[in-house]
Amino acid sequence: MSITHNLATSLSSSSSAFLAPPSFNSRGHVSLPVKSVGICKCVAAPEAETAYKTRVIRNPNMGKLQAGYLFPEIARRRSAHLLKYPDAKVISLGIGDTTEPIPEVITDAMSKRSHALSTFEGYSGYGAEQGEKPLRSAIASTFYSDLGIEEDDIFVSDGAKCDISRLQIVFGSNVKMAVQDPSYPAYVDSSVIMGQTGLYQKDVQKFANIEYMRCSPENGFFPDLSSISRADIIFFCSPNNPTGAAATREQLTQLVKFAKDNGSIVIHDSAYAMYISGDSPRSIFEIPGAKEVAMETSSFSKYAGFTGVRLGWTVIPKQLLFSDGFPVARDFNRIVCTCFNGASNISQAGGLACLSPEGLKAMRDVIGFYKENTNIIVETFDSLGFKVYGGKDAPYVWVHFPGRSSWDVFAEILEKTHVVTTPGSGFGPGGEGFVRVSAFGHRENILEACRRFKQLYK
Amino acid sequence: MYHSAFCSVDVFQPRMLAARFSCTLNTHNVRIGHCTKVPRNVNMQKLQHGYLFPEIEKQELMHLKMHPHANVIDLGVGDTTQPLPTIVTSSMVDFVHGLSTTAGYKGYGPEQGEKALRKAITVAFYKDLGIKPSEVFVSDGAQCDITRLQLLMGPNLKIAVQDPSFPAYIDSSVIIGQAGKFVDQAGKYKNIEYMTCGPQSNFFPDLTNISRTELIFFNSPNNPTGHAATRKQLEQLVDFARVNGSIIIFDSAYAAYVTDDSPKSIYEIPGAREVAIEVSSFSKFAGFTGVRLGWTVVPEELLYSDGFPVMHDFNRIMCTCFNGASSIAQAGGLACLSPEGLRAIQSLIDYYMENARMLVDALTSLGLTVYGGKNAPYVWVHFPGSKSWNVFAEILEKTHIITVPGCGFGPGGEGYIRISAFGQRDSIIEASQRLKYLNYQEQN
Repeated sequence: MSITHNLATSLSSSSSAFLAPPSFNSRGHVSLPVKSVGICKCVAAPEAETAYKTRVIRNPNMGKLQAGYLFPEIARRRSAHLLKYPDAKVISLGIGDTTEPIPEVITDAMSKRSHALSTFEGYSGYGAEQGEKPLRSAIASTFYSDLGIEEDDIFVSDGAKCDISRLQIVFGSNVKMAVQDPSYPAYVDSSVIMGQTGLYQKDVQKFANIEYMRCSPENGFFPDLSSISRADIIFFCSPNNPTGAAATREQLTQLVKFAKDNGSIVIHDSAYAMYISGDSPRSIFEIPGAKEVAMETSSFSKYAGFTGVRLGWTVIPKQLLFSDGFPVARDFNRIVCTCFNGASNISQAGGLACLSPEGLKAMRDVIGFYKENTNIIVETFDSLGFKVYGGKDAPYVWVHFPGRSSWDVFAEILEKTHVVTTPGSGFGPGGEGFVRVSAFGHRENILEACRRFKQLYK
Repeated sequence: MYHSAFCSVDVFQPRMLAARFSCTLNTHNVRIGHCTKVPRNVNMQKLQHGYLFPEIEKQELMHLKMHPHANVIDLGVGDTTQPLPTIVTSSMVDFVHGLSTTAGYKGYGPEQGEKALRKAITVAFYKDLGIKPSEVFVSDGAQCDITRLQLLMGPNLKIAVQDPSFPAYIDSSVIIGQAGKFVDQAGKYKNIEYMTCGPQSNFFPDLTNISRTELIFFNSPNNPTGHAATRKQLEQLVDFARVNGSIIIFDSAYAAYVTDDSPKSIYEIPGAREVAIEVSSFSKFAGFTGVRLGWTVVPEELLYSDGFPVMHDFNRIMCTCFNGASSIAQAGGLACLSPEGLRAIQSLIDYYMENARMLVDALTSLGLTVYGGKNAPYVWVHFPGSKSWNVFAEILEKTHIITVPGCGFGPGGEGYIRISAFGQRDSIIEASQRLKYLNYQEQN
């Protein structure tokens, strides 16, 4: 069978190029990571030599990426583990995927809209690319009332991950990012793809031309801004994935000031805001002056279990201006109109129901459920003597394994307890020595996983 | 009023070309306050005006303001109007209900799409063409895929487009940084190769006159001209791509509208697997313009110059810059591709094509030269010697019908008007009547 067949197998759903991507020499020979089976050498090489190649040069930015996106790699490892232990009851606390059913008040609205599409009165075609007005209005009034954010500052999308790339397209390749270290991998990866970065530096596990803002227990998971060089765009996720840290009002005020002093733009990722327990700000716009320096991206994924349904939003205040005074929102609008065609109308109907009084209550109940899961996991690792972070304001528990490689710990936990977690170094060099445990799961699976952790680490 | 860079400044004044913003200028157009030090992306500045279709909508709104009692008929933006078949919506209703149950709940799906849907797409559209489910990437629509493909390919290459063509190819090329400067005189971007497609060459470019580019966007059946390339034409195109080492991005969003034996997929042409990507959509096929579902095929054999498979990088883009099409839309898509779904969808397509036939008849009876309307839901009407924005305005003023001026699709569209055949039958009948009373006079 040809080389290309092997490649197709390695690209099965939920997998991507893994840690050791196939290497390609200049003559186009493909060498894949060796599976120790007797491969017919005499067939592979001649086919590769005669295979037609276009003369289109591969985008060097894609070549800078070190491996597949983190979460498909976790999924691949999980699948490989299942192959090895087909009877194992694998529990997934890796990818932050919601597990509880969507409340009926929300699914009823989506059913209604779906049905309506089969009627003359209810059929709708293309919607406004920025989102349906009632939903934009509901988002503004639910999350941003009294913060001076208006309906037309809201851009509805198919999710924060997609918005992150669209924002990168707005900014282009000639800007520099700063990210927290550790951080959600899409910020760095999209920056590389967009051509904003230099090469990956293996010794420090960082891409050149990205400013990595270390967030660790030592600095209370807030960067020492006095040691950070200026970047054009600062990605800041709070409550944080993966550390679970929610920045205080004081910290965010510092961040806004830092952005103002440096003329930077903060992209505040507030996808987990509804998980906040205390009085940490839920939105960057709670900070005075933020509208001139920040935009905010958020999502229904972790609130309403919409990880598959696909709905999110980005807020860009009118006051946010490029250096020549041009409003950022206008360019984002152009991108939304040209590179996107609106979130699914059915998903938007669901989103609107989410923001009804009944919907909000139902979402808070599900969030409460996941927060209780988080408590159980925190208590478990606490009781085993680990230093545990996060878990109060986010559905993630950030467990410290000092001196150990996080991929090794990941592998050990997977091998010995059949529980999937996420190795901290997948989120950046600042994640080394940590493992992220997601709190999404059915209660019995969370309890079982914790039993197994107690077994392993007693 | 709308200004198109492809037309000379005429009746219409620039609107998006606003006064330069400045933090120090004290005018009502400008915000006083903090400017960041983030430079605006120069590529965004190269865009000449707003995206075409929102601009048409603005025209419609302005017209409605001036004529609040007019019964405006929208044959502009190609938006489907007929309700979805109940077999499709009931499968989405069932799926949605499942999401509220423990057994039926689904979270993140594979970024490439649900296995069953990928398989159904290969069976429905690529039977006997050797396309595998693993080569099909489900998306939230072709317009989104076009940008993702540009992101994949990067800024350091050139595209060729048909002229006229769907504006997203050019606009995305500008945004990514491939297109170079806009040349006012020609109404073209310096680094884009415009392949004129006009009646004189049977709406297929004279490939002997086309410079090599890395990517070639080719849309067939074509938006806006309605022309479906013949097998012979596509063989030439594949050969041209092969000789030049180029990649064709073949947009087959209207393939289901083909009524003759024109190819419905580029992969009907031998050798296409090694040179072509195909993008398609459920939008015009199944009325999913608001539901959002499409797909892109990237064959395994499609390789970059260093032998690296394009599919591998596209997969990385889909996993990093996207998170899958809505699971509900995918459930609907699967129902579309069931035997009953396909039958129901065919009736919708037939309905729109009957609309097209009526419009073609009405316009032909005026003595106009009319193209398209046979293999696509678009009618491409020639107004030789006229500026298409002027004709657009005249039609709107006299008949309250929204169309799309041809120059919005490129300089090759000047002198033409695109009329969509989407609409309720009675609107189409009404529109046909109104058009017949349009006294068109030949420009001398």
